Amino acid sequence: MTNRLREQLRPAALALLALTLVAGVLYPAIVTALAQKLFPWQAGGSLLERDGTTVGSALIGQSFGDPGYFWGRPSATAPFPYNGGASGGSNQALSNPAWLNAVKARIAALKRADPENPAPIPIDLVTASASGLDPHISPAAAFYQVGRVARRRGLDAERLRDWVAERIEPRQWGVLGEPRINVLRLNLALDALTQDRSPRIR
Amino acid sequence: MTQNGVLQIVLYGVALLALVKPLGAYMARVYLGQACGLDRVFGPLERQFYRLLGAQSQREMDWKTYAVAVMAFNILGIVALFLLQCAQGHLPFNPQQVGAVRADSALNTAISFVTNTNWQNYSGETTMSYLTQMLGMTVQNFLSAATGMAVLVALIRGIAGNRVTDLGNFWVDLTRTTLYILLPLSLILALVLVSQGVVQTFSPYADAHLISPVTDPSTGRVLHDQTLALGPAASQVAIKHLGANGGGFFNANASHPFENPNPITDFLLVLAQTVIAAALTYTFGRMVGDTRQGWTILAAMLIVLSTAIFASYAFESAGNSSLQAAGVDIAASNQQAGGNLEGKEQRFGIARSALFATTTTATSCGAVDSLHDSFTPLGGLIPTLLMQLSETILGGVGSGLYGMLAFVLLAVFIAGLMVGRTPEYLGKKIESFEMKMVALIVLLMPFIVLGATALALAIPAGTDSISNPGPHGLSQVLYAFSSMGNNNGSAFAGLNANTPFYNLLGAATMFVGRFGVILPVLAIAGSLAGKHRVPPGPGTLPTHTPLFVGLLIGTLLGIGALTFFPALALGPIAEFLQVSAGG
Repeated sequence: MTNRLREQLRPAALALLALTLVAGVLYPAIVTALAQKLFPWQAGGSLLERDGTTVGSALIGQSFGDPGYFWGRPSATAPFPYNGGASGGSNQALSNPAWLNAVKARIAALKRADPENPAPIPIDLVTASASGLDPHISPAAAFYQVGRVARRRGLDAERLRDWVAERIEPRQWGVLGEPRINVLRLNLALDALTQDRSPRIR
Repeated sequence: MTQNGVLQIVLYGVALLALVKPLGAYMARVYLGQACGLDRVFGPLERQFYRLLGAQSQREMDWKTYAVAVMAFNILGIVALFLLQCAQGHLPFNPQQVGAVRADSALNTAISFVTNTNWQNYSGETTMSYLTQMLGMTVQNFLSAATGMAVLVALIRGIAGNRVTDLGNFWVDLTRTTLYILLPLSLILALVLVSQGVVQTFSPYADAHLISPVTDPSTGRVLHDQTLALGPAASQVAIKHLGANGGGFFNANASHPFENPNPITDFLLVLAQTVIAAALTYTFGRMVGDTRQGWTILAAMLIVLSTAIFASYAFESAGNSSLQAAGVDIAASNQQAGGNLEGKEQRFGIARSALFATTTTATSCGAVDSLHDSFTPLGGLIPTLLMQLSETILGGVGSGLYGMLAFVLLAVFIAGLMVGRTPEYLGKKIESFEMKMVALIVLLMPFIVLGATALALAIPAGTDSISNPGPHGLSQVLYAFSSMGNNNGSAFAGLNANTPFYNLLGAATMFVGRFGVILPVLAIAGSLAGKHRVPPGPGTLPTHTPLFVGLLIGTLLGIGALTFFPALALGPIAEFLQVSAGG
């Protein structure tokens, strides 16, 4: 056995070294070079700009608490929601009373912001996502908020609803995933819309 | 459950099956040393490797030499990865200036990645430098996968050989696996992932200026900016799935939009984490000269897997009905995913999350696109049970099939006992030595998993880490050791496992769970290689029939489900009863 070990130790060390160079240096370097060349925007985080300032990523959600904006999903990242530097979810069990209390508090907050809305609340608006950075809400969750946002911004609710419906991302290839709306992009477009006071909606 | 959800699952199944034969045949060429096309590109590099490793490096190995080579290589890998984490604060490619990883955590992580477990007690974006992610994590993603595949190929050569002592050469198998299978596939997948939005950069984290500042509810502080963690993620994510490794670049793993930005990437990652393990059954059939044998094993795997997928999908779609009373809409429609969305991403919804959760635990991948801790009680039972079936339902790359072949031998042995004949498999008599090794493989895992779980539940160092009350707390601990003992790596992640107790006990569990199986597998390979191939006689049990598929599934479930049923009854099943009773 010791003979065998003595024989194999050198190739083991050299193989580790050589394969580390190939898989740990060459491979990521080649992928990075090609990625930066072919898809520089995606490789760099799909950053969105407004007036020359980076305002976020098209793929990472943000926390919106102002009733004049569409709200995203609850986020359980620590120490504050939508912390893009520390992703994570609640990991609460459905049998955990703390989870049910958290959901009820979210329901209450939504009702407070829009007391007259009789519609049931879509589940994605009261449950924390896995990453804590979910950039999307369901179309139902956006429609649920249309009345509130329209009132705050002085827009016509029916037309705002149609405007939101145009921004639904469908299932990919018609099959994959769920229909969804990117909250940050929706709110950026909303700001643009109310700034130029589009007659379409006013 | 929706029609569209079922369609997504069927689409995955079709894509997987379509790839089994071409990829499996290609891998057989790689392991038989035949021309495979890519050798024209990588051939010179391969020969350079062997020159570097020395004249001895290509010599045939008997099983003991093969085992020594595997162990030497893997232990050196553990040492290297441990040291890298301790030294990262002084090394380059560390734009966020993270410091050394705590020793117990670094040891756990080193063993975790080398054993293909990829259990993570750390959060990638706050703990590891870009250099550690590339030189350490990415490298071991390749090498642990290649190790598993090499051991499988050695076993196949043992089964196929006729009175030989040699099982091939570990360095050659390792090199050819990496250069001809894992690297090319990863390169392609990584670039596709980047095109969809997975990040790949050495730049420091980005800063975004919020358009609507928000108040941090816990501190009352007003936040104006958002930090966006970046890094060379795509290159690591590609191999993390292809190699059934599963260790996320970021803490949220494949639920993080920078690792898995949309349903197309999710589709590709689910396919990637299962395709090599599935195709290896075909490789096996080719190498033993009877492809029906491979298809039979794959059929058994896929029957269990598809049952699990649809069960999980049903449980998660049903969700938590108590929310309806509180005024929440949980019904699935074209307007919303519905179901249990706690710990799930809107873009994936229920069907993709259930598909991902079952395939990641049926294979030993362990990456997650949703949080298993927040699954419904029975929805969470499925991934737990899949791991407890010794990671044989596809399983890890290589490790899944060599584990399954141990159960095949057990099934053949049981059938032999029933009819009173010496059991044989593919012309090899299965005798006392092989059965002792099989018994070791089959019993070791439940022993360490249940033993470690019991210990953790008996002392405060174990129970203090539990984050959810009631039976679910037990499920968290059971899940953790089922995951580590079977080298899966996923978690009921509420459990605070970054403590010296969990780090050290977990490290031992992962090490034994990996090499405690590899060594007996190689011993079986060596023993079978030395035997005569006998032609099938009238008493030979055919191992390519639907009857054998049933026998194999029965053996698997008999051992796996019965061993763990008592523990599952105290965890997920008790929680299910508690929730249904409204408590």
